[in-house]
Amino acid sequence: MITLLVNGRSVEVDDDPATPLLYVLRGTLALNGAKFGCGLGQCGACTVIVDDAPVYSCLTPIAALHGRRITTVEGLGTQQDPGPLQRAFIAEQAAQCGYCIAGMMLRAHALLMRDPSPTESAIRGALEPGLCRCGTHLRILRAVRRASRELASARSGGTADTRP
Amino acid sequence: MSRSRPARITRRTALAGGGSLIVSFALRPLPGVAAPGTPGAPPVAAQEELPGSLRNAPLLDSWLRIDAQGGVTVFTGKAELGQGIKTALMQIAAEELAIAPARIALVTADTSRTPNEGYTSGSHSMQDSGTAILHAAAQAREILLGIAAQRLGIPADRLQALDGAAVAPDGRRIGYGELVSEQTLHVRAQAQSRLSDPSRHRVIGADVPRVDIPAKLAGGAAYVQDLRLPGMVHARVVRPPSYGARLRRVQIEQVRALPGVMHIVHDGDYLAVIARREYQAVMAMNALARAAQWEEHPGLPDQARLFAELATWPSELVSVAGHHTETAEPARTLEAEYRRAYQIHGSIGPSCAVALFDDGALTVWTHSQGVYPLRSALAQLLQLPEERVHCIQVPGSGCYGHNGADDAAADAALIARAVPGRPVRVQWMRADEHAWEPFGPAMLARVRGTLDGAGNIVSWEYDVWSNTHATRPGGAGNLMPAWHLATPRAQPPPKPLPLPEGGGDRNALPLYRIPALRVDYHFIPTMPLRVSALRSLGAYLNVFAIESFMDELARAAKADAVQLRLRHLDDPRAAAIITTAAEHFGWARYRRRHGCGRGFAFARYKNLAAYTAVAVEVQVDGESGAIRVLRAVAAVDCGEVVSPDGVRNQIEGGILQALSWTLYESVTFDRTRITSRDWSSYPILRFSAVPQEVEVHVLDRPGQPFLGTGEAAQGPAAAAVANALADAVGVRVREIPLTRSMMRTRKGVPEGRERT
Ligand code: FES
Ligand code: FES
Repeated sequence: MITLLVNGRSVEVDDDPATPLLYVLRGTLALNGAKFGCGLGQCGACTVIVDDAPVYSCLTPIAALHGRRITTVEGLGTQQDPGPLQRAFIAEQAAQCGYCIAGMMLRAHALLMRDPSPTESAIRGALEPGLCRCGTHLRILRAVRRASRELASARSGGTADTRP
Repeated sequence: MSRSRPARITRRTALAGGGSLIVSFALRPLPGVAAPGTPGAPPVAAQEELPGSLRNAPLLDSWLRIDAQGGVTVFTGKAELGQGIKTALMQIAAEELAIAPARIALVTADTSRTPNEGYTSGSHSMQDSGTAILHAAAQAREILLGIAAQRLGIPADRLQALDGAAVAPDGRRIGYGELVSEQTLHVRAQAQSRLSDPSRHRVIGADVPRVDIPAKLAGGAAYVQDLRLPGMVHARVVRPPSYGARLRRVQIEQVRALPGVMHIVHDGDYLAVIARREYQAVMAMNALARAAQWEEHPGLPDQARLFAELATWPSELVSVAGHHTETAEPARTLEAEYRRAYQIHGSIGPSCAVALFDDGALTVWTHSQGVYPLRSALAQLLQLPEERVHCIQVPGSGCYGHNGADDAAADAALIARAVPGRPVRVQWMRADEHAWEPFGPAMLARVRGTLDGAGNIVSWEYDVWSNTHATRPGGAGNLMPAWHLATPRAQPPPKPLPLPEGGGDRNALPLYRIPALRVDYHFIPTMPLRVSALRSLGAYLNVFAIESFMDELARAAKADAVQLRLRHLDDPRAAAIITTAAEHFGWARYRRRHGCGRGFAFARYKNLAAYTAVAVEVQVDGESGAIRVLRAVAAVDCGEVVSPDGVRNQIEGGILQALSWTLYESVTFDRTRITSRDWSSYPILRFSAVPQEVEVHVLDRPGQPFLGTGEAAQGPAAAAVANALADAVGVRVREIPLTRSMMRTRKGVPEGRERT
């Protein structure tokens, strides 16, 4: 049994310790957010955040994750109560097929936690490992900029919801 | 120009020969035959042409049902592919029924519930399904108002449809739910409808947030990949290493003993493994791949000589167009050859399907673009009657044409048959997708054009060589897994898609006024690499070629590229789009910066659908030769616009995807194997190379027929980039991908080889 801390909840899983996190999230924990895209660390569809950094869950065995904080897109909010980053993606209608988007949002989330007002090149740099085949890139960029703006105004206005 | 001597087939025989392929696109039942998928449809003789897909499914309640509570369910045979079709169709129904879009439930392609609308392809969904739903909803509204009029004892034309009810001038109202009975909408559609006045549209033409997006952003079950059925198990397929490879031997015993492994499917050269958990299936697949020995044969062309050879492959000639009127004396002649590499669809999520074989019946959840044709193919493959096969479309990762979706459905079906009663989910690995999906075919076009002394185009000769762009399952032989079974199904011989839409000859005919013109399509039946429909089909290369050549002619004539186009066009909608794009780009006042250049291109998709013009500015890095598109401005006219933001999203996406294809993409292969099997051997566009800005201007044409936009931008975007590149560095690159070609010809190719 390995204990994983996923979106603030502690869960025990009986998968083989060599199993990449992606399969445990999607299989044992029935979370849809992280996607299988390549299994090779080349596309970012499987991106989740471990502690504070984006990682490819398709390459990271759960043996390496005992007791570390894992955030998936489910941890950013729900359909009924979307978080600020999700709201920004909805406002910009930043998806076509949407398959890449969870990974993109988590890269953006990790960036905004580190740097709430990133430059354009910092945003592009953070998203660079993520592939989008539908050509939604510009909308994704707009959504991240919007989230950053809204975070800044929430902070200065003292609004509680400052989770990216 | 050297020519092989192909068999001459006329346009008429091409159409007749392509007759069976009409199935792939229109699936028209014969008159007197019930439209499949409309349960209980009485045989109807085709009388007047009904609008859109009503032709194939003429009963109103095939499209629209209203329950006693007034809830509306709309049925479409088209699939949500990430293009936002669900939302757009709901908007159309909401407008004509005068209810809020949120009160509509929409059911997409499902062989037991929705009309048969063939494939969701060719940017046809708005034209086919959108038009059908528009008319069905308008006619349903009129029927409901008629019933209300009787009940209220006032003429129907005094009633108004408002917020889901018939409302009388005195304020009395009856909700739709109280007006309908089971049979109310079980009537045949009329050819004419009382459509609502386009100038009063409130939902059509408005930006309604897409209904499918929230789940996609929050980890909802949005994709076929996310299905989890009770008792579901996981499968993976071990594909042969190359086309035509034969399995010599395989040791399955050790694999059977691996954790979680439940079953191994071994049927001829077909190998798959079923395990309880997904990663167990992946591990077992790897072990099985190691345990298999294959015999391979070199059957692929020499990639280095591909374009030299392509035009010499046996081909059939399809005459696309030809006319000759009195012309001025040509003063100059230009000729050029344009090429496009094999390219992949490259969905980010590999193809996936879930199948359940139970009690002699098969249910498949699939992201196929055509559940009805898939059902026929699967029935043939498993030798089941069609009624025993049920296909349900669930969105997958964007597909951009005929990718591995149908094949994955076949995998799931073949594997599920081995474990009856158990739902089986199978997802392809990345290499399966890169190496086994059907590619967009390599193509070659040669153009020869002449100008008179005043810089007008006098003559135009155009030859294009291509494989088919349609090997979708019409039968089991087009399902790739069927090739590997002990009793294999051979791929049926390909046929050219008939004009006017065409396949390799799609958009081969320029829209420009040219006095002497000949356009020929050399259809190549031999397919050394597996090919099929990739977004925009032959239009991508043909528009690239035509619009690059227009630029070469403009340069030769020392004319402005935009003006030359306008001078040769008679269609005012075309002219409006060109002018709009040019103005917003700032074409006339453009000042070239060092290393930068501008390019322009235009096309009307298939010469009968959406008009798109694209202007771009590129920058070329002097050191590395890297081409960067700085900005793009597009203008599009797709008739009446249902969802302006949806159109912008499609055009923006189409442009970015075309930049990726055009700058970087080529399938690579040696004489035996496909060697581009992942994203490092097949690089695509990344954020660092995405333009700063893509501006899309949508010209609304209220009351004009809906035209799709999913494939309208690719050709113009490709040519605009090549033209901008020529402007920036004076090098004309005529082979896609441009970056690789430019590296090869770094020393430069002279502008449009001139003949005297
Ligand atoms: S699936 Fe992990 S990087 Fe592609
Ligand atoms: S939105 Fe489809 S891959 Fe990005």
